[in-house]
Amino acid sequence: MENSIYDLIIVGGGPAGLTAGLYARRSRLNTLLIERLIPGGQVTTTDWVDNYPGFPDGISGFELVDRMRRQTERFELPVINDEIVSLSLQGPDKTLNGTQGTYKTKTLIIASGTVHKKLGVPGEGLLGGKGVSYCATCDGPFFKDQEIAVVGGGDTAVQEALYLTRFTQKVYMIHRRDQLRAVRILQEKALANPAIQPIWNAVVESILGTDQVEGVQIKKLDGSLRQTLPVQGVFIFVGNQPHTDWLKGTLPLDPQGYIPTNEHLATPIPGIFAAGDVRQKQFRQISTAVGDGATAVFAVERYLEAL
Amino acid sequence: MVEKNIIEVNDANFQNEILKASAPALVDFWAPWCGPCRAVAPVVEELANQFQGQLKVGKLNVDDNPKTPGQYGIRAIPTLILFKNGMVAEQITGAVSKSTLEAAIKKTL
Repeated sequence: MENSIYDLIIVGGGPAGLTAGLYARRSRLNTLLIERLIPGGQVTTTDWVDNYPGFPDGISGFELVDRMRRQTERFELPVINDEIVSLSLQGPDKTLNGTQGTYKTKTLIIASGTVHKKLGVPGEGLLGGKGVSYCATCDGPFFKDQEIAVVGGGDTAVQEALYLTRFTQKVYMIHRRDQLRAVRILQEKALANPAIQPIWNAVVESILGTDQVEGVQIKKLDGSLRQTLPVQGVFIFVGNQPHTDWLKGTLPLDPQGYIPTNEHLATPIPGIFAAGDVRQKQFRQISTAVGDGATAVFAVERYLEAL
Repeated sequence: MVEKNIIEVNDANFQNEILKASAPALVDFWAPWCGPCRAVAPVVEELANQFQGQLKVGKLNVDDNPKTPGQYGIRAIPTLILFKNGMVAEQITGAVSKSTLEAAIKKTL
């Protein structure tokens, strides 16, 4: 297969990539989806999704993307497990260089999503997997009846803090502002939950411990207080950064690393499109990623017709 | 759940199967409720086939076997540990790509 040229390659198998794959296969494009792990993306670790239409009782993130994946299987979307490390452009075709192989295509949809940001404080790297976590659904059960700190105040931080109260009755929410940024319904739930104790206007200075997390040192932003919280777990949800290192030097990126596109999701390079969280945009949701995936394939088809 | 080249490791057989193994061993600490564990499982499976005969590969369900993960201070899954002569040679937390894991295996062998 290494010498064939695909009509379309999709890099990334989250909701944007899977939707693009579905639309492309239904249009009978010779398509390949390349994913580092298995399809699913960030939603895989989302405990519960209540804002994706069609599931009146909500659905687990894992189940939702698994259903999306099965739907692409029905239309025979080929999926390869590889990590793309660079993109080369010589002539109109695009060549993707992975750790397992090289792939050539006429058009490309980049749906490589985002990865979680780190806090960048002392102790964070050393104690990763030893009390420092970025995934409540993975690691929450290890902290049964222990004290936990959640860092962040957005949708993910609040949703995951609520999830963690299944295991423990003491969750500190450390947030650098004086109110949560999360959608109102999540804020209301969190603030009404007696297990969640918000600590406003505060930042983490360091994570303490050698073999296990033994506490976090926090500081009030106005300098009024420095304090050590005796927690055994620190869950960090301070936002995401685009997974675009592999595109540096070949594709224009904004200062944060996101991919700017026009309303047809086209990048300045003909035949290269971007969809989902990796794209420069205002609002990153499963529903907006799905819309992007469909829109990008529509643009790909117009581009291929004009070739 | 357990594939052809992957053995099921538990608290009872961990010492014999892994620590006393003649070859280096890779253990995937996982649980059914963990999405990224399911993401990394096929990668582990491929590597078990690829390094068949050189590397022993096992999966340990942390729900059913709390003792062993406790001994290694595991508080996040998936955690993948490469053992050589009964000692931890490499420890990787979180779902990683095949190439990352492959590099760690080659370093250990």
